[in-house]
Amino acid sequence: MNILVFAENQDGIFKKSSFEAVSYASQIAASNGGQVTAVSIGNVSSEKLAELGTYGADSVFTYTDAIFNQFTGEAYSKALAHAAKNKSADLIIISNTYSGKMVAPRVAAKLNAGMVSGVISMPETTNGFKVKRMVFSGKSFAEVAINTTVKVLSITPNSFTISENPKTAAIESMDAGLSANDVKTQTVEVARASGKIPLTEAELVISGGRGMKGPENWHLIETLADTLGAATACSKPVSDIHWRPHSEHVGQTGITIKPNLYIAIGISGAIQHLAGVSSSKVIVAINKDPEAPFFKAADYGIVGDAFEILPKIIEAAKAFKSA
Amino acid sequence: MKILVCISQVPDTTTKVTFTDNNTKFNTQGVQFIINPYDELALTRALEITEKQGGTVSVISVGLADTEPSIRKALAIGAHDAIRINAEPIDGFFVAEQIANYAKNENFDLIFTGRESIDYNGGMVAGLLGEMLNMPSVNVITAIEIENGIAHLERDIDGGREKLTATLPCVVSAQKELTEPRIPNMRGIMAARTKPLQVVEPNSAQANTQTTSYELPAPKGACKLIDVADAGKLIELLHQEAKVI
Repeated sequence: MNILVFAENQDGIFKKSSFEAVSYASQIAASNGGQVTAVSIGNVSSEKLAELGTYGADSVFTYTDAIFNQFTGEAYSKALAHAAKNKSADLIIISNTYSGKMVAPRVAAKLNAGMVSGVISMPETTNGFKVKRMVFSGKSFAEVAINTTVKVLSITPNSFTISENPKTAAIESMDAGLSANDVKTQTVEVARASGKIPLTEAELVISGGRGMKGPENWHLIETLADTLGAATACSKPVSDIHWRPHSEHVGQTGITIKPNLYIAIGISGAIQHLAGVSSSKVIVAINKDPEAPFFKAADYGIVGDAFEILPKIIEAAKAFKSA
Repeated sequence: MKILVCISQVPDTTTKVTFTDNNTKFNTQGVQFIINPYDELALTRALEITEKQGGTVSVISVGLADTEPSIRKALAIGAHDAIRINAEPIDGFFVAEQIANYAKNENFDLIFTGRESIDYNGGMVAGLLGEMLNMPSVNVITAIEIENGIAHLERDIDGGREKLTATLPCVVSAQKELTEPRIPNMRGIMAARTKPLQVVEPNSAQANTQTTSYELPAPKGACKLIDVADAGKLIELLHQEAKVI
């Protein structure tokens, strides 16, 4: 099996999700045979490119034409399809980040490949080719079979562990032969909150609901998040009344996340909210209502006033971190 | 401005998901269906654009006759006409093939989808359509203004926001925040009854994936309660017992 992996970088640094994707591909290659080619698009130093070998890439294709200096679905999907054809790849792995979601379907259409998005399992290849994915925004899982020869999988970030399988990856500079006419989108401005962990990639998430009583109390959630190195999130009502930005809303009509730890403070646990977070490894619910549905979905619970509880947890977290 | 909005019908967000036929089919019994919330935002934004600068908004849906109430609702919200491709929407590829097949001769300036459907969450139709119709595609947009054949867009990126432009015709997928959904009024509901809803038979495209079974998450064990007075103990438990920090 020839496997191609999109190794996405941000400002020349590979994302954690890219290493997850390379590790995932390398494990498939180990059990099914085959080669793993990681594809890097945009400018990345040769030391950084070599890192892809650490997680099992046999070779690395690097596309550095100036057209790739901005991220566009059109150019990036062309480069990936170019690489896939060059390697006669039968499996293309892309992490399901916002950029990955933009690129993956275009790659699939170019290669006439069957695609499954949001994959959360290794493929089952004993009888056809099947993978598991989340459906109903986390309320359940589906097993999906792909019937085509070439397959595209977009894998859910935080679903697979990064594992080392050191190889000396041959690095090859590639040219997809694109011209300015191939791209009809133009980036104007990119704004990222510096020093904050993006919610979609976070392993630890601290989340607040209406029980926090107002945006002025969010410093408690932020202090706890900063102390533990966690991202912050919120419930739908909180983003609807603009206490917090929409980008923090987790749930069925917001973001579905899969962190190792999700701490829900003052969130009752409506079915739509639980859908977005129930795949978290460990859930903590803090709520003054002992009947709050969140306690049925949680591993740990504290029934009481958040404003009494949070300072105690923050103090313990600070002591833990400085120990 | 000629705009196409792709809509799909999904179970209401309060639905408790269960399956039948040995966990191979979604149990629709007692389920209330709605227009996918992201598609509804796309529709509303499309209407705002045409109200400001003229044009028409058509909605298209791939589904059997039981999806017509959702299509009529889209017409009641304000879409000018509707197309239903008479087929079970088996996978994202199949749906995109059907929509592309219809749209290729219709010269739409702008095609909207939702960012993903809240049932199967594929999120791939916008990108597939872009490729099939040879148009740029931009996903998870939170703002769009059209000026002189250029779409000025904002989209979510991991950990932030990006501003970009795209030349029309293009495909965009709607993210929350794009606008507020519009509730149909009585006049809209009356008008929707007589608006054109064209039923088109599907082309021969085949789905290239199929769902073989479903599974519900394993039930959680009992929740371990901690006293308020010992709230700080949570950190120790998360470290030593749960091993997540």
